[in-house]
Amino acid sequence: MMTLRSASTPDRGRKPRAYSFNWVGRIGLAVMLFWAVVAVIGPWISPHPPGEIVDWDYFGPVTENFWMGTDYLGRDIFSRILMGARFTVGIALAAVTLACTFGVILGMVAAVTGGWFDMILSRLLDAFNGIPSLLFGLVVVAAVGSSIPVLVLTLGAIYMPGAYRFARALAVNVNTMDFVTVARARGERTPYLIVREIFPNILGPVLADLGLRFVFIVLVLSGLSFLGLGVQPPNADWGGLVRENIEGLSLGAPAVIFPSIAIASLTISVNMFIDNLPTKIRDRSE
Amino acid sequence: MTTPPLVRVRGLKIGATTDAGRKVEIIKGVSFDIAPGEIIALIGESGSGKTTIALSLMGHTRTGCAIHGGEISLGTSVVTAMTERQRARLRGTEVSYVPQSAAAAFNPSKRIMDQVIEIADIHKLMPPAQARAKAVELFRALALPDPENIGSRYPHQVSGGQLQRLSAAMALIGDPKLVIFDEPTTALDVTTQIEVLRAFKSVMAKGGISGVYVSHDLAVVAQIADRIIVLRGGEIQEEGPTDQILNAPRHAYTRQLLAAFEPVPHVPLAVPEAEARKPILEVVNLHAGYGPVRNGEPAAKILKDVSFRLERGRNLGVIGESGSGKSTLARAIAGILPPYKGSVLMNGHEMGRDIQTRSKEELRKAQMVFQLADTALNPAHSINTILARPLTFYHGLKGKARDARVARLLDMVHLPASLRHRLPGELSGGQKQRVNLARALAADPDLILCDEITSALDTVVAAAILDLLKELQRELGISYMFISHDLSTVEAICDDVLVMLKGEVVEALPAAEMSARATHPYSRLLISSIPKLDTGWLAGLEQDPQLVAQFAQR
Repeated sequence: MMTLRSASTPDRGRKPRAYSFNWVGRIGLAVMLFWAVVAVIGPWISPHPPGEIVDWDYFGPVTENFWMGTDYLGRDIFSRILMGARFTVGIALAAVTLACTFGVILGMVAAVTGGWFDMILSRLLDAFNGIPSLLFGLVVVAAVGSSIPVLVLTLGAIYMPGAYRFARALAVNVNTMDFVTVARARGERTPYLIVREIFPNILGPVLADLGLRFVFIVLVLSGLSFLGLGVQPPNADWGGLVRENIEGLSLGAPAVIFPSIAIASLTISVNMFIDNLPTKIRDRSE
Repeated sequence: MTTPPLVRVRGLKIGATTDAGRKVEIIKGVSFDIAPGEIIALIGESGSGKTTIALSLMGHTRTGCAIHGGEISLGTSVVTAMTERQRARLRGTEVSYVPQSAAAAFNPSKRIMDQVIEIADIHKLMPPAQARAKAVELFRALALPDPENIGSRYPHQVSGGQLQRLSAAMALIGDPKLVIFDEPTTALDVTTQIEVLRAFKSVMAKGGISGVYVSHDLAVVAQIADRIIVLRGGEIQEEGPTDQILNAPRHAYTRQLLAAFEPVPHVPLAVPEAEARKPILEVVNLHAGYGPVRNGEPAAKILKDVSFRLERGRNLGVIGESGSGKSTLARAIAGILPPYKGSVLMNGHEMGRDIQTRSKEELRKAQMVFQLADTALNPAHSINTILARPLTFYHGLKGKARDARVARLLDMVHLPASLRHRLPGELSGGQKQRVNLARALAADPDLILCDEITSALDTVVAAAILDLLKELQRELGISYMFISHDLSTVEAICDDVLVMLKGEVVEALPAAEMSARATHPYSRLLISSIPKLDTGWLAGLEQDPQLVAQFAQR
């Protein structure tokens, strides 16, 4: 037995399969990680308390003291962006996890079970998909009031049908493969088929889809906040920061520019990252 | 002095760069000539470079490959020295191509005639009316039915064999000097193949056109080629006239290829008298089909009233053309497709209709192995995981005991134990099929349903798999139900043969005397259509045209 094991070791080392990125993917990953770190440690590194008025001037320019200017009340924008990362990244991450977990699980169950379960679930979610996402968010938030759990649940619900459709379409293809037939003929039950046979083979595209959905959620969240329905003052996510300071646009204030750049940098970096995922993740069958 | 060759290939080298940046030499310095009017065959296993060489004669390489050295000349022009634009002018007029899958080569939304005369149009060879007249002539020469009007049909309105002949017409419309056939009959049924081969042969001989025939099937090549080049690993192993290659091969590899054709009659396993009485598998009036079920009958009925018995220690072959219901029969027995009428008995005990109603023990006894080895293995699981699962599932094995059993299974199918940590993608086709067999064996079955398990493999690899099956049978006493369209394979492993036609068993025969004992006209037609390793076989073959019209979907 020992000889067998030692014989197999060099064999594994020979494999040139590593998690390597090209440089576009690396930049995307770096920016993403940067914002993730900021979301965690934001309050400790911000130069000024984000909620306090620190400058007597409003819509102040970029100065040595206020790196990104000040907002309509004279608060430090840099500190507020660092704090806002927590809301934007946190809410979007929670919502996308919710949407994809439920969507992917239901999608795989529907693909494996088929029949009336698949039919009813698919049509229901298709119908739900027909409701414009921002409109749905508006109605829910207006009806129940805005709080972070409500935002997470709403955003999750908006993007769940898409994740379901995507996962189901992939799982249906894998489901017809012979190795699933073999497992089925062996007498395996649905949970095994889903977890062991199907999920590993749709993981790559599902991860890419998760990234894309995260970007959409960031944008819808920013949109809701911009309309005043997202994170409520005195807290503000990036969309909220843009809304607060929109009047400053005509004054040429940096207060409205930098939150917009933050939104753009996060969404673009996530896109860059998922478009350049290592081949090993993206294409597991290779 | 003889006439100068039409095609001269000297020291041809083709290489590719992999994704990892590694350089791979695919063709390692190949040289040969083709005389005007001569048909040569490139034969070898998959990966031997036969298609790569054939495509390079058009100056074409597949994406990622490039001609690194050597010279190809066609007539007076040197293909390797040409620009892409000059090569484009060459294709269709000097050299043309008949692909393996005609169905994939035709545009389904355009009429056949428009596609056939496309070459004449692109190269401005002749006015459309003249091209159409020429196409009809070619249709007639290729023995296509209704040559005047077949061109106005769409590709899906003609049969597979007809479509393959139409793609030959497409290749011949520009009067090429050289036609490249890339496994054009591999996807066809044997009864259809004959007509296509005959049509190719006569039209090539009439026009004095040179040909390159790429194939892995020596028996097919024997009918059409003047000379055979045996390739392996991008190098020529042997080159010679067809008769010499078939009758007096010099190279060991050629002999190996030929040996795979020699039918080795199967000797049934000796089983104690009392046990032999009980059939391991009995199928009674089995009906199965696909589609929505109405009044207890599915919309598309495939199997109609199939009954047979398979005794312990014996092997049953099922032969028939594509669409005859062979695979459906295996699926119905395995319970993957529940039959709507009739019953399946194993060891005299009736099994449930579908997988859900069968006990684990019933499922364990009959295992199935599929044709395409790679789609039957989960690409995300290591070989160890794949083999361990049935051991845990059926026998509850865990830890050391399971590891030892996996090693034993790999040993049984002659694979090194170090393979267990690899993913299926890192294995060759033959190795994958061995893993599939090992997985079936892991269940400790009484019966293995083999659905064309050697069809996708190279001749030599397939022969090794057959040897393995026989060896396993001697050691473990299992029985096989062996589905195949290849009669020599069936002959090599089976004791009894069922001939299927349109979902019905038309005849049951002893495998050793198939051709002698067949009485049903369809069985006789099918058996006589199998190409033999004899250059005169196609010319000497006489089939009752009425029989052909009745059964073959040409």
